[in-house]
Amino acid sequence: MFFYYLQLAVRSFRRNRVLTVLMVLTLGLGIGASITTLTVLKLLSGDPLPTRSARLFTPVINPWAADSEGAVEQMPRWWGDMMSYTDAMSLLHARKAKRQAVTTLTKARIAPTKPGTYPFFGGGVLTTPDFFAMFDVPFAYGGGWSAQDGENRARVVVISSALNNRLFAGRDSVGKMLRVNDHEYRIIGVLKPWAPQPRFYALNFGDTYGDGDAVYLPLQSARANHMLPTNYSCWGPANTAHMETSPCAWVNLWVEFEHAADARAYKQFLKHYVQQQMALGRLHQPRVWLYSLTGFLDREQVVPSDLRLQTNLAFGFLLICIVNTVGLLLAKCLWRSREIGVRRAMGAMRRMIFAQYMVESAIVGITGGVLGLVFAELGLLAIRHQPASYAHLAHLDPSMFAATFAVALVASLIAGLLPAWRACVVVPAPQLKSI
Amino acid sequence: MDIAPIFASLHKHRTPVALIVLEIALACAVFCNAVFIIGQRVAELGMSNAIAESHLVVISVNGSNPDTARADIPRNLAALRGIPGVTGAAVMTSIPFGQSAGVDGVSTGPDSQVHPGASRYMLGEGGPRVLGLRLLKGRFFGPGEYADSTLRGGMMPNGHVVIITQSLAQRLWPSGHALGQQLWVGSEKHYAVIGVTADVARPGSSSIGRGSAHYAVFFPLAPDPAFTQYVVRSAPQNRQRVLHAAEAKLHTLAPNMVIKGQTFAQIRDQAFTATRSMAWVLVLVCLVMLTVTAFGIVGLSSFWVRQRRRQIGIRRAIGATRANILRYFQTENFLIVSLGIALGMVLSWGVNLYLMKHYELPRLPWHYLPVGALTLWLIGQLAALGPALHASRVPPVVATRSV
Repeated sequence: MFFYYLQLAVRSFRRNRVLTVLMVLTLGLGIGASITTLTVLKLLSGDPLPTRSARLFTPVINPWAADSEGAVEQMPRWWGDMMSYTDAMSLLHARKAKRQAVTTLTKARIAPTKPGTYPFFGGGVLTTPDFFAMFDVPFAYGGGWSAQDGENRARVVVISSALNNRLFAGRDSVGKMLRVNDHEYRIIGVLKPWAPQPRFYALNFGDTYGDGDAVYLPLQSARANHMLPTNYSCWGPANTAHMETSPCAWVNLWVEFEHAADARAYKQFLKHYVQQQMALGRLHQPRVWLYSLTGFLDREQVVPSDLRLQTNLAFGFLLICIVNTVGLLLAKCLWRSREIGVRRAMGAMRRMIFAQYMVESAIVGITGGVLGLVFAELGLLAIRHQPASYAHLAHLDPSMFAATFAVALVASLIAGLLPAWRACVVVPAPQLKSI
Repeated sequence: MDIAPIFASLHKHRTPVALIVLEIALACAVFCNAVFIIGQRVAELGMSNAIAESHLVVISVNGSNPDTARADIPRNLAALRGIPGVTGAAVMTSIPFGQSAGVDGVSTGPDSQVHPGASRYMLGEGGPRVLGLRLLKGRFFGPGEYADSTLRGGMMPNGHVVIITQSLAQRLWPSGHALGQQLWVGSEKHYAVIGVTADVARPGSSSIGRGSAHYAVFFPLAPDPAFTQYVVRSAPQNRQRVLHAAEAKLHTLAPNMVIKGQTFAQIRDQAFTATRSMAWVLVLVCLVMLTVTAFGIVGLSSFWVRQRRRQIGIRRAIGATRANILRYFQTENFLIVSLGIALGMVLSWGVNLYLMKHYELPRLPWHYLPVGALTLWLIGQLAALGPALHASRVPPVVATRSV
């Protein structure tokens, strides 16, 4: 039966070529546009660490005297959800979570190893030892540093796979020296390619998406060499030479729990800490926040609002395309009332007519889906040529590939429902009379 | 022309008519709002920035040695001024539309309720002239004010004077008496306003399109490691040559630093990348959407024409001219599109309310609605023209066949 319907559908398409092409093209355009924006939206709002994110949290406290909203116009929480060094280190040393790491970002100036080349900037992550285990960072050679190394201001560095390829042709470079901001650091580890998207551990410190950072340095060692964070927010006279004691927020604290449920106890601890500091006169506002990794991404609005707008627009467009396809399918089916009349008179049941028209719609849908895939690839190609920091990451993945066909099929079946229903209620007698 | 028969026929084909009306309404809603957003973005592209944009080249020099910066900067500037074609060179801490930089909460006093965020520019001697700042009131900094102003590792200069942009002056002192007032930064530091300049853009692109896009303050500063931007001025036609010569010169003077030069035009261009690409995406979507809508109208109209061949033949046989038939289908299309537009106006308003709530968009000005309506009427008439012409060519003899 199915093949018979298929045959009928093909014959009907042949008879009405223009109408068929219009339908497929319309549906293809709508699907192409929505899949393109969805792919980018998924890329930008994705979970950077799917296996760990449920147990990773970041606490936020208000270091200001003023409450969080009123201090500066249009800039609520002006400290950028960063923490002062003092608070972050106190919470780190309290060791109330399974693992904890303080992070901040610097622009590391890396000296070239080959003569005739110029120094260049790479992202420099300043952090504490748990960073690597906590975020499941894969090592190709060597490993991270110990808490003792941090306290001793040891000049050690972990480098990215990209930097290792650039400077040492990808060979094991553990033990070699690297010049960062005019200071010699000993390489103790080389990472495998690692670039979580978005770069959640340095959200307010620069580009949200990219190829990953170049070097990872012990926070205290890097500060001893005067490396400055790329972002800081101060609420009093500050000095860049003494960021640790200045009234400035410039680090993030990340904590990992054994179970996500431990977050409740940690929040209590955080409240208690803030109350204690308020009693000492160091802090003034009791409110605390504890965000899960994905909650923090939402909070910081990592997805550009233009992109969300484009996604809405694409779905509005898809809706128009579906309405259009419904209209065209309906026109085609009304045009064939006489044919339906004949089939009904020859004994075809209503549900058979209904099935026949749904098969026809599904074929339109699948062809539209294939075309939509072509349009989506073209759209993503155009996006890859944009200068945005996420541009080169825009590729159609298998799940989106499958989603294209799901969307196409569902869209076409929805579009087919009305015409198919209209077709199966055609009364045969009047149609036959006019032959 | 009598439209009663058209209504009768539309009433008979309620479902297809309803679909076309719905499609036009959706297209109208999306179109009006998209055109509104495009208009906004295009206006942003022309954002004012009162400096000599076409004369400037900017070379960022990062990683200078804090201990020698005070001696290096005058040496580098002297070398840059020696390049043929260069008419001036100065140092700054940040550049309009360039890399994001310091923002301060400023006010008229510690008890003030108004705390706009303003971008902080610090200029070396000669900076205002090289940039081409346009002074509206007051004066520029004197040589002594540069020499007395230092950072010593702090965030704020320890001088006593500031120049502010017109927008910021208006925000803080709406009565217009900014000159001579004290501008407070936080609750400890304050500076005397000695000048008001025409509006200069802030660094970065995040404030583009906002009311605060021109909130900026200028401080004088003696040579300091915080100066990372060398601004070089030349005639517009010499910019490229000057850029390459300046980069080469700084590379030889400061081999350990990261040096990157751009013309100011490039910097401005980059700041508006997102704005421009959004405008293009919207233009593209509008075009494709209108095409799709036109396809829909063509499809349904031709179906109607074919279905009514016999009626058309009868009308022709009893005296209707070709023009009558053509006009009939065009009028029919006009009525359907008008219905769609009426519904579309309501939808546009709804979509705009949604966008206002979620995307900080202002209210849709009413004049975008007639623009949308006219466009859709035009598209409708054009799309129906083909099928209507086809209909008008139906010969009267059709009426006599197969009755």
